[in-house]
Amino acid sequence: MTDTATPATNIPTAPRGNNLRFYGMWAIGAIALVVLPLIFSSGGALTSFSLIGISIIFALSYNILLGQTGLLSFGHAVQYGLGGFMAVHLMNAIAAHGWFIPLPLAPLAGGVGGLAFAIVIGWVMTKRAGTVFAMISLGIGELVASSSLILRSVFGGESGITTDRTALPHIFGWSFGPQIQIYYLIAFWLMISTIAMYALTRTPLGRVCNAVRDNPERVEFIGYDPHVVRYIAFCLSGFFAGIAGGLAAINFEIANSAYLGAAQSGLVLFATFIGGTAYFVGPILGAILVTYLQLGLTSVTSVWQLYFGIIFIAIVMFAPGGIAGIVMMHRPLIRAGTLGTVIPAYLVSLVPTLVLALGVILAIETVAHYAESQGSAFSLFGIPFDTGSPLTWAAAVVLIVVGFLVARITWRRVAEAWDRATTVARERGYLA
Amino acid sequence: MLELIVISTLNGILFGMLLFLLSSGLTVIFSMMGVLNFAHASFYMLGAFFGYQLSRWIGFWPALVIAPLLVGMIGMAVERYGLRNTHKHGHVAELLLTFGLAFAIEEIVAMIWGRSPMDYRVPAALDFPAFSVFSTNYPAYKIFMLAVSALVFVVLLIVLKRTRVGLVVQAALTHPTMVAHLGHNVGRVFMLVFGVGSALAGLAGVIAGPSLVTQSDMAALLGPILFVVIVFGGLGSLPGAFIASLIIGLVQTFAVALNGSLASMFGPLDPGMGPSVLTDIWNVTIAQIAPILPYLLLVLVLIVRPMGLMGTRET
Repeated sequence: MTDTATPATNIPTAPRGNNLRFYGMWAIGAIALVVLPLIFSSGGALTSFSLIGISIIFALSYNILLGQTGLLSFGHAVQYGLGGFMAVHLMNAIAAHGWFIPLPLAPLAGGVGGLAFAIVIGWVMTKRAGTVFAMISLGIGELVASSSLILRSVFGGESGITTDRTALPHIFGWSFGPQIQIYYLIAFWLMISTIAMYALTRTPLGRVCNAVRDNPERVEFIGYDPHVVRYIAFCLSGFFAGIAGGLAAINFEIANSAYLGAAQSGLVLFATFIGGTAYFVGPILGAILVTYLQLGLTSVTSVWQLYFGIIFIAIVMFAPGGIAGIVMMHRPLIRAGTLGTVIPAYLVSLVPTLVLALGVILAIETVAHYAESQGSAFSLFGIPFDTGSPLTWAAAVVLIVVGFLVARITWRRVAEAWDRATTVARERGYLA
Repeated sequence: MLELIVISTLNGILFGMLLFLLSSGLTVIFSMMGVLNFAHASFYMLGAFFGYQLSRWIGFWPALVIAPLLVGMIGMAVERYGLRNTHKHGHVAELLLTFGLAFAIEEIVAMIWGRSPMDYRVPAALDFPAFSVFSTNYPAYKIFMLAVSALVFVVLLIVLKRTRVGLVVQAALTHPTMVAHLGHNVGRVFMLVFGVGSALAGLAGVIAGPSLVTQSDMAALLGPILFVVIVFGGLGSLPGAFIASLIIGLVQTFAVALNGSLASMFGPLDPGMGPSVLTDIWNVTIAQIAPILPYLLLVLVLIVRPMGLMGTRET
């Protein structure tokens, strides 16, 4: 699960121990999925787990495009949303006609919906990669989102289309009314989709996708058409996005135009990129973090989206590998035993960096509260602040300026310590 | 009907010129640096909000000058401290940076000014009807907008075609490495172009603010249309961007003004059929589909002529 998506050299020679570790990780993941709701059984926790599960599938499907094939899409929510609508329509049709199709199969309909749309539109979209694809995906996203408001009979206009998941035939005595049953349904599809998507990265197709991402010209020379490869990747990604959308429709019992809007597309991009696109586990981490932050921050601050934007910008500028990238960067150091030499530098730089972050948070909160009602009081981390007093503003500015100036020095120290540690690791042969 | 055509043509050209103020900067930045500036429409929005705030404090005319300068400075800072550092991570990282910026700018604007429309009024000096066509009074402010856009267009043309800086910029459009080899500070040229492009977007915001709606979602509404314009016109082609801006401007304006639907042309469908996709399409008016027309054009262009109207490289 932690193998990189890129190097193809060291795969066939995996020794037995690695094999055991590999299956062990999957088993731990599966057990965690089963056990989690037993430990945290409150309604809120179950809802959060369900949402996280859905967004993991969605983010992983997005990474088939961004991480595997190098296609940056700004309209991935289109397949997600269409999958949701497809599932809702199927569920309503089952309930109306009394077909014997149980609920657990409904996400598959979502997948088919996403796949069908990708098959129709994908050929034109994937002609070119890079920026052009990004722009086109944005345009298509807008096109579908706006069209969904016009085609009312299919998309239900502004209010969307509702469904009743308990009206479907029950199996194993499960009505799928309670959230815990929906959680296990989502967990089941999460496991299947994750295994399928991981397996995809190991197939020759997955490898050719990587090659198309890295050097389409050479792929052409060895006899593959990059356009076809991108098209297939786009379709598969659409299929899994559709499954995620179908699950979301089951979870909320509604599908509306917000499912396929730009905000949803942006969110999955954030989750995937913050987690890290170069590793299979990256989008999983990102989806967990972003969904958790989204649920947690909304109750704390009114400007949570701004924090998202800032975290995203910081990741793009300073750690384009995402969280998974940062963690994996340290693997050669751990193996070489030089990790200990960088940790003191980390700890030293942590203090001013936290001060800087605190200053930024204070500044944002002060402005936000000031704009809402001038001269109001609010509290941050238990400390009361008054937006009307210049002292609060001065404190924010001082924290930012001092924090930044000191942090910059300590960051330089970190870079130096890092260079020394990697040099040693390279000498010991743990780093190419 | 004639009245509608005349008014819509005027409005369409006006909207097209505004689009060109934005798309010219975007397309020059894109061809020089390979960066699709996602935040370009956000600079337009910043221009509108700065213009609104400054015109309340010091009046419209100083705001007309100061707001674009401020936006231009923000643009230069973004290039100098953001894009230049991200460049080593590739174009996708740069694109993502501008995407994050667009997101953050929208949130900051919403945080400071709220999410409801601003009361950004036309300056009193221009608040009179310029002339009347048939029975409609055409506001002087729209003529002013047209004049400013046309002026910028002419100045831009002269700077690009007649000055040394313009020559360097033009050369950097097609042969950036060669320009660097000739000893020009390409980094500074990039920063300058980025700043000027942002300032133009800011100017478009200041003058469009009172006439269109000044609201925190204005960037998100206009941004995708801008991308359509530059793909439609051909990536990196200024004349293409100009023609595409006018076409999209005219198409949008005419579509909004037309109220016809298939039902009004061919008569209503049999009412016994019940709601379906067909009745949706049959009854939708052209005005209702105006928002999706640019994207339909985009798909059409991609299928028929992938390099855009005047583009030389295949998109």
